[in-house]
Amino acid sequence: MIGKVIKYNLKNINTDLIIPARYLINSDKNFLAQHCMEDLDREFIKKVSEYNYSILVANSNFGCGSSREQAPLALKASGIKCIIAPSFARIFFRNSINIGLQIVELSNIDDIKIGDVLEIDLKIGIINNTTSLHHYTVKKQPVFLQEIISDGGLVNYTKKRLI
Amino acid sequence: MGLTITEKILRDHCQNKKAIAGDFIMADIDKCLANDITAPIAIDVFKKVTEDSKAEVFDSSRIILIPDHFTPNKDVASAAQCKILRDFATRHNITNYFEVGRGGIEHCLVPEQGLVKPGDVFIGADSHTCTYGALGAFATGVGSTDLGVAMALGKCWLKIPESIKFIYSGGLNEWVSGKDLILYTIGEIGVDGATYKAMEFTGDSIKSLPIEDRFTMCNMAIEAGGKSGIIEPDTITRSYLDSVKISNDSFYSSDKDAEYCDIIDFECANIEPQIALPHSPDNVKSISEVHGMKIELDQVVIGSCTNGRLTDLRNAAKILKNRKINKKLRCIIIPGTQNIYLKAMERGYIESFVNAGAIVSTPTCGPCLGGHMGVLAEGEKALSTTNRNFQGRMGHVNSEVFLSSPAVAAASAIKGYITSPENL
Repeated sequence: MIGKVIKYNLKNINTDLIIPARYLINSDKNFLAQHCMEDLDREFIKKVSEYNYSILVANSNFGCGSSREQAPLALKASGIKCIIAPSFARIFFRNSINIGLQIVELSNIDDIKIGDVLEIDLKIGIINNTTSLHHYTVKKQPVFLQEIISDGGLVNYTKKRLI
Repeated sequence: MGLTITEKILRDHCQNKKAIAGDFIMADIDKCLANDITAPIAIDVFKKVTEDSKAEVFDSSRIILIPDHFTPNKDVASAAQCKILRDFATRHNITNYFEVGRGGIEHCLVPEQGLVKPGDVFIGADSHTCTYGALGAFATGVGSTDLGVAMALGKCWLKIPESIKFIYSGGLNEWVSGKDLILYTIGEIGVDGATYKAMEFTGDSIKSLPIEDRFTMCNMAIEAGGKSGIIEPDTITRSYLDSVKISNDSFYSSDKDAEYCDIIDFECANIEPQIALPHSPDNVKSISEVHGMKIELDQVVIGSCTNGRLTDLRNAAKILKNRKINKKLRCIIIPGTQNIYLKAMERGYIESFVNAGAIVSTPTCGPCLGGHMGVLAEGEKALSTTNRNFQGRMGHVNSEVFLSSPAVAAASAIKGYITSPENL
């Protein structure tokens, strides 16, 4: 995939910041997207659509806190296709895989700037920063997780094996 | 090389009889749980997964649905969410659906109803599902898609976690509880100190720790990023299991030569009551330090899946009896389940609370996540016995949440600022 970066260089961006609990009374993903990240950045959804950002870069322990799948769902519905961080909280990690939202663990994000265009190829474990012309090597995902993502998420993965 | 309790339980719940930490497995689950926030999406997933095969739920007696977050229904939208659970439970004959008035906060209710036992693999679409590790079960929080799939297959993909062994030694100081031990631990290792790991709580201090304090400790494993918290079952576990009429359980334990990715020792003599300051559960200080800061409060909340059990209410009642809540603040007390509510009433705790000027709420997660029943205004400060104090967690994004044990919360409700029961 190829996409433009929006970056928040903060550690521990938690699920309450990604989607505050006050909006969990409605599971509609487009409703959730309208409020995504608003307690961190009121302009988030506007910026993502105006500047066509699709890769979210953040610092370590992204998605800590609640098990709410509404967090990755809201990000995905807002237009984010991939999240890059040095580490992820584990429930957020599995929720993202399960809904087919790509997430990438990259230990050093300092070099990536807002607006950079990244070309990501996880099959070979390489990210090309086409703006700075730098390359980053990332850990390959275990085959099991790759299968879930390539099926488009756990629902399709399971359906295939149920029939 | 020996195995940890976590490796043993998970190995016995999958086909790979040689699986160890780091291996992916498709685990057979004993029970799965969801609430009014996570179940609607899970039910949607269940429908999608089964639309072609027309498969039924894997076992209607092993699915637990508990509307507890925005209940009693706080508005029309949350009423609609709860109705999805209720209709699904009726349609699929799910016996463990707990209606408002006959249930309570999920992680207080599930053990009380005898729905989790040592040796189980238990998944819940709620991050605090790790609570049940207190009984020697492997219990972990998952998302709604996991839960929807589990309702269809009775299985969940898991990576067997490495374990960190925490060894607590010595007797606890006065007013120190399981809450203080876990806050201290999170303060030491950080909110990502145990990410992806099982936190195994051991040592002579844990061996003599009451079961309700063990629930509190395992409940907050997630606040250090842990996949699970777990305590080897023992005679204290046995007597709790007897009280909830469980006998068909399996007591697992770690081998002496089990492999840990880290071993951390704590001397309990060094631990006083702990406070987590805004806006992170690892921003922890001792009560003597915080007392000096004279932090004035607008609200105190005593309850939640972390500290809404009978012992928690007893500790609060001991302090609040024949005293008055400070006139500058509101004190909200929430028994975890209807049974806890009844027992608190029989023992006179509720009377003490009401006489003191506190409000006693029906069981609900409400204020913990800023849902309802005690939301904070801009600039307000709350001391709460809940588990998370992220920015905006209990209301306005510019409100502040401090975390403590019920005893410290009750003492602070009287004084009006954060203080120790010693100072009453």
